[in-house]
Amino acid sequence: MSRDLLVARDIRVAFGGGRRLFAGPAPRVDALKGVSIRIARRETVGVVGESGSGKTTLGRVLLRLVEPDAGSVEFDGQDITRLSQAAMRPLRRRMQPIFQDPLACLNPRRTILSIATEPMLFHRVAASRAEADAKARAIFDRFSLPAACLGRYPHELSGGQRQRVGIARAALLQPDFLLADEIVSGLDVSTQAQALNLIAGLTRDLGLSMAFISHDLSVIRAICDRVYVLRLGEIVEEGPCDAVFAAPAHDYTRALIDSIPLPTVTPDWLRRTSAAEVTA
Amino acid sequence: MADAAFSAGRAEIARGRFEAIRPCLADPKVVIGGGFIALLVVLAIFAPWIAPKDPLEQDVILGATPPAWMAGAEPGHWLGTDDLGRDVLSRVIYGARVALTVAFVAASLAAALGSALGLVAGWRRGWVDALVSRAVEIWMAFPPVLLSILLVAVVGAGVGSVIAAIAIIDWTRFCRVVRAETINQASSDYVTAARAVGFSRTRILMREIFPNVLPVLIALVSLEMGIAVIVEAILSFVGLSVSSDTPTWGGMIAQGRQLVHESAWILIAPLTMLFLTVLAFNLLGEGLRRALDPALQR
Amino acid sequence: MSKPVLAVHGLSAVSARDRAPILHDVKLIVNRGETRGLMGESGAGKSMIGKAILGVLPRPVRVTAGQIRFEGQDLLTMPGPSLRRLVGERIALIPQDPMTALNPGRRIEGQLTDGLRLWRGLDRNAARKIALKLMEEVHIRDPERVLASYPHELSGGMRQRVLIAAAFALEPKLIVADEPTTALDVTVQKQILRLVRAMQRAHGTAVLFITHDLGVIAQICDDVTLLFDGRVVEEGPTAEMFERPRHAYTQALLDACPRYDRPRAALRAVPAEVIARLRAEAASAP
Repeated sequence: MSRDLLVARDIRVAFGGGRRLFAGPAPRVDALKGVSIRIARRETVGVVGESGSGKTTLGRVLLRLVEPDAGSVEFDGQDITRLSQAAMRPLRRRMQPIFQDPLACLNPRRTILSIATEPMLFHRVAASRAEADAKARAIFDRFSLPAACLGRYPHELSGGQRQRVGIARAALLQPDFLLADEIVSGLDVSTQAQALNLIAGLTRDLGLSMAFISHDLSVIRAICDRVYVLRLGEIVEEGPCDAVFAAPAHDYTRALIDSIPLPTVTPDWLRRTSAAEVTA
Repeated sequence: MADAAFSAGRAEIARGRFEAIRPCLADPKVVIGGGFIALLVVLAIFAPWIAPKDPLEQDVILGATPPAWMAGAEPGHWLGTDDLGRDVLSRVIYGARVALTVAFVAASLAAALGSALGLVAGWRRGWVDALVSRAVEIWMAFPPVLLSILLVAVVGAGVGSVIAAIAIIDWTRFCRVVRAETINQASSDYVTAARAVGFSRTRILMREIFPNVLPVLIALVSLEMGIAVIVEAILSFVGLSVSSDTPTWGGMIAQGRQLVHESAWILIAPLTMLFLTVLAFNLLGEGLRRALDPALQR
Repeated sequence: MSKPVLAVHGLSAVSARDRAPILHDVKLIVNRGETRGLMGESGAGKSMIGKAILGVLPRPVRVTAGQIRFEGQDLLTMPGPSLRRLVGERIALIPQDPMTALNPGRRIEGQLTDGLRLWRGLDRNAARKIALKLMEEVHIRDPERVLASYPHELSGGMRQRVLIAAAFALEPKLIVADEPTTALDVTVQKQILRLVRAMQRAHGTAVLFITHDLGVIAQICDDVTLLFDGRVVEEGPTAEMFERPRHAYTQALLDACPRYDRPRAALRAVPAEVIARLRAEAASAP
């Protein structure tokens, strides 16, 4: 049994590029140009990049929600790149996403209880409705979500509560791998801290692997073991967080780090230009 | 203990569902429009018992008598009689039968056909969508009323032909709207989450997306019913609907038109009913659209 | 001691719909040529203050007390037309979302020169010359092409530069920057912040910088005012407040910030007791 839970090799994804009827070829965007990443068991890996880096696409490829044009994805030693939908089904339980917008990721016409229990029943993680309900209540309790939430609809909950429901839904399937796609962007500093603590505690207690996608290096530093730096569809640097932050090897990484304003007054921060900033 | 918590949870959900419907009943448009339609349905179903006279019974001697509040009225004919002595009120009530039958059946058929194609096109995209979209575009280029007249003239008059004509022409309206809404919902994260759970594509379409498309659809069905009533009236005005014995509002308007100067009520009664009915359907549709969606998006 | 360009005193506002207080007794001073940060979590009311200054409060919000003195005049009691003139000419806004802040149906040149032509009465050519000069100031490399473009043809960072240029076009005395870098990539953010600082120094403008990002406040603002639930919790020079915060809430916010220069550590959310204390203070205040 290998140490790595998820291995992606040389992933290429391009959008567009088809032929249009009366115009020339449609513009083609290379979202990922040969990206390889690996995630070990019980490891939290950060994927950082700015807009257009392809990080969201990479996350979806890992979960096979987007088909790569080339390359392979291996989950727990098994090549899942070209598996049929039916064969993927049991594996899907083991790899779950958590999304950025907690309102859009919950079906507005379903009650919270239904959203939480349907997947459990589908995958037979719970044998009966009663068992599913009980599990849902247990995890909601652990996440400090009031039991009254269960009977409500998504729009009746606060943003922070919805965020926790999204995390709970994923956790209830007892997955081996979580994909967190910009889950704390746009949150207040305090809510962000709560969410990060929650997810860090969860992965630790359940022994999960996680890929944490974000544009914020400070957040990545707070909860990731290793980090991949993505730029325009390519990985420019990777390594353990401590090493990469202490001594970034690539200019772009240095520019990214330099561009983050820390909450400590640093008079020359604004003036400082790293070489890569000019070309970034 | 677990059972108590379990049933408490179930009760919460039942309450939650009711909460979702309540805004509909609170909206005045829904109440007024829906109330009128409900009344009309009652009139149509119980017409034989409610209508004072036989709508087909002719009495030439009593031809063209005015309604009850005007001079020269005949007792028992509250809205007067037409030129063949038939009771106008009874004919208007019976006319509701044809109008509502056409409205409900034609609108439902158009909705079913259009939604099915719209859902599939919006979810599958690709060549299926291309095919359906081209078909819709071409279909919508034809002038609807002329096309329905043509169809009925070719196939033959009758309620069935009228219903078929409306359904065959108006499905495109539903297809477009449902397709657009399906595409919109399909790009939501909750659909991605459902895919990540591993639900089959059909299940996602029917159990996740369709319920979210339903509010738009319901509102459109109500509007379509109003349109169907008008189309039927036009066709019966032109004489292409049911046989001229069966009372229809359009037919009555056609007759009444010729006598509008002397016996205006023969025209006004069915015209008013037509107007109120379409208005009621429109109000209902508007009200439902507002009530169903914002309730869940506030 | 600098003369204040903007002095807000005792500003209170409520929502007309449910009488919920939005702002309470807010005091805020921005001195000439300086940058003041207005900081707070979402719902604290910082955007509302910006809108009150510009005279664009949403309809259900009503000011119930206080003054907003700009160069000595109270904006809240000014009649409509004079207020519009004053705000149009002397106060500018750098909005949050460069995507939606520009009219998608008009070219950049028109939108950039609107203010110049309206308030300075310049004709098209004169305004265009100034627009080109502004494009240079904000380091846009191909000014002619950008002026002729539509917003959707430009990148987010480019659009924000255009908006900054538009803000400085009339040489305002005060600029209200409402989360101007929140929607931008972090590398672009630094460029934009640098630009705002440079333009500010060059034109001697005062800036009210509204944001929830403590890092940005630390690096760009001379003074800062912290809001919670529509009330001022603490204010003072940035360096002092961030190094020796007087209120527990300020300290709690600083503790909750993840920092890339600190190894992996548990972040502390704002403790419930601090929130409780804030609410108690609010309840007991006059």
